[in-house]
Amino acid sequence: MKLLVPVKRVIDFNVKVRVKADQTGVETANVKMSMNPFDEIAVEEAVRLKEQGKATEVIAVSIGPAQASETIRTALAMGADRGILIKVDGEIEPLAVAKLLKAVVDAEKPDMVITGKQAIDDDANQTGQMLAALLGWGQGTFAHKLEMNDGAALITREIDGGLQTVSVKLPAVMTTDLRLNEPRYASLPNIMKAKKKPIEEKSAADYGVDVTPRLSVVKVSEPPRRSGGVKVKTVTEFLDKLAEAGAI
Amino acid sequence: MAVLVVADHDNARLSDATARTVTAAAAIGAPVHILVAGKDCAAVAAAAATIAGVEKILLADDAQYARQLAECMEALILSVADKYDAILAPAASNGKNYLPRVAAKLDVAQISEIIKVVAPDTFERPIYAGNAIQTVKAPAGAKKVITVRGSAFKPAAQGAKVGIEKIAAAADPGLSTFASEALSHSDRPELTSAKIVISGGRGLGSAENFHLLDKIADHLHAAIGASRAAVDAGYVPNDFQVGQTGKNVAPDLYLAVGISGAIQHLAGMKDSRIIAAINKDEEAPIFQVADVGLVADLFTALPELEAELAKRGH
Repeated sequence: MKLLVPVKRVIDFNVKVRVKADQTGVETANVKMSMNPFDEIAVEEAVRLKEQGKATEVIAVSIGPAQASETIRTALAMGADRGILIKVDGEIEPLAVAKLLKAVVDAEKPDMVITGKQAIDDDANQTGQMLAALLGWGQGTFAHKLEMNDGAALITREIDGGLQTVSVKLPAVMTTDLRLNEPRYASLPNIMKAKKKPIEEKSAADYGVDVTPRLSVVKVSEPPRRSGGVKVKTVTEFLDKLAEAGAI
Repeated sequence: MAVLVVADHDNARLSDATARTVTAAAAIGAPVHILVAGKDCAAVAAAAATIAGVEKILLADDAQYARQLAECMEALILSVADKYDAILAPAASNGKNYLPRVAAKLDVAQISEIIKVVAPDTFERPIYAGNAIQTVKAPAGAKKVITVRGSAFKPAAQGAKVGIEKIAAAADPGLSTFASEALSHSDRPELTSAKIVISGGRGLGSAENFHLLDKIADHLHAAIGASRAAVDAGYVPNDFQVGQTGKNVAPDLYLAVGISGAIQHLAGMKDSRIIAAINKDEEAPIFQVADVGLVADLFTALPELEAELAKRGH
């Protein structure tokens, strides 16, 4: 079984993002970038399937600027076998990403695509579902647990109110939620080894995909700020203040 | 132009998020139709039919929609998509699952989790866990496919009952099947629609201690939530989680107990009308957003709070 794992380079989740003064976006200059945390979980799941002998090859693909190759290296250091970098500068929407990934799937013929349920930058939560639809494949989103079961993936999903398990025919797309696994830290020897693993470089034009954004961003602004109110020391005062505010 | 809202429900009850999505839909265009897809879900269609501002209900009652599997929902929504200028669904686990498939097949960008309709083609949505708000404009002439963050819109009022039109099921793509589910049952109000939410964090220290919140919640008829730290520590299941990677809530009162206030948590509750916090650390970031903060050890404060609420007749 061959696995394709799309990974995205995003602002590190520990960074406090700042909106640019001209409201065109958020500040990305001199900001620490990392792999989208949900995608790390996807890489981990794919590498575990390989370690269990259920998968034969794990391919990491990233779409973004030249530096996205670092994100692919991280996946390779975690245990992916090879990488594909599709160089695209500027913003790229989930629909265009899904179209590029479909082209990669058509060329590589994986049995499963595993990726994060959402990227923590645009919080869109679309790419996996869009890719599955364009391919005409089934999907298991927000995965909590995966079991392979004779030509199908048994995927337990995190849904409102609990968990749901679906059986999805292969090939399929799975998107990962937080509790699927705990991603490993790459060891130094594996980081060194990853440097020798191949990364193929492509462009969107190689796949004939138009990546022009469909939506226009009018502006990016600061959210309304809340300011702290009063601090009290006793439960009585606390309830009095809440009653005053009409909250209880 | 006509707008379609896809109902969120469990075949028995229409979710509160659907009426909130109708409010967003009515700001985009008219008439508003609601698609109810499920199995033996006539009661849901009847409830949808009394939402004010809705012109018609489309009902697809078929075994394949019993769990609203994404592949089946995609085919059904596409079978009626021609007639609509915009298609909306609540940004709940169902809508998030199937709607991007519809957008991809219609070859349009989806606009996820809108929090405001600025104009019929322009929307606000949070990015970076709500640390920035993006205003996006859909291209002229393209269909709009949108998920709606329920907590950002008021539920549409009740109105006169409108007609229910049965529509045919689409062919089942046969790509996935439902196997089982494990839902947590609770007599408490639902987290995303409760007027009062009490959330616990790592400060509670254990799954047993988390139950200290139960009695307070009973007194206040509150839903119980949790921070990601509390979920990760195994105190409560993940469907309790409030925050960027959990649920978004905007109740009248949000009471955070033993929660430090990481930005990822604040992202899920900062639109609450009143935020109150109990934390022993005076420097905890939660106090920077709390309207009322009680600086105290929660293990002494919670029993006192319970006694005081009982005394005051809550």
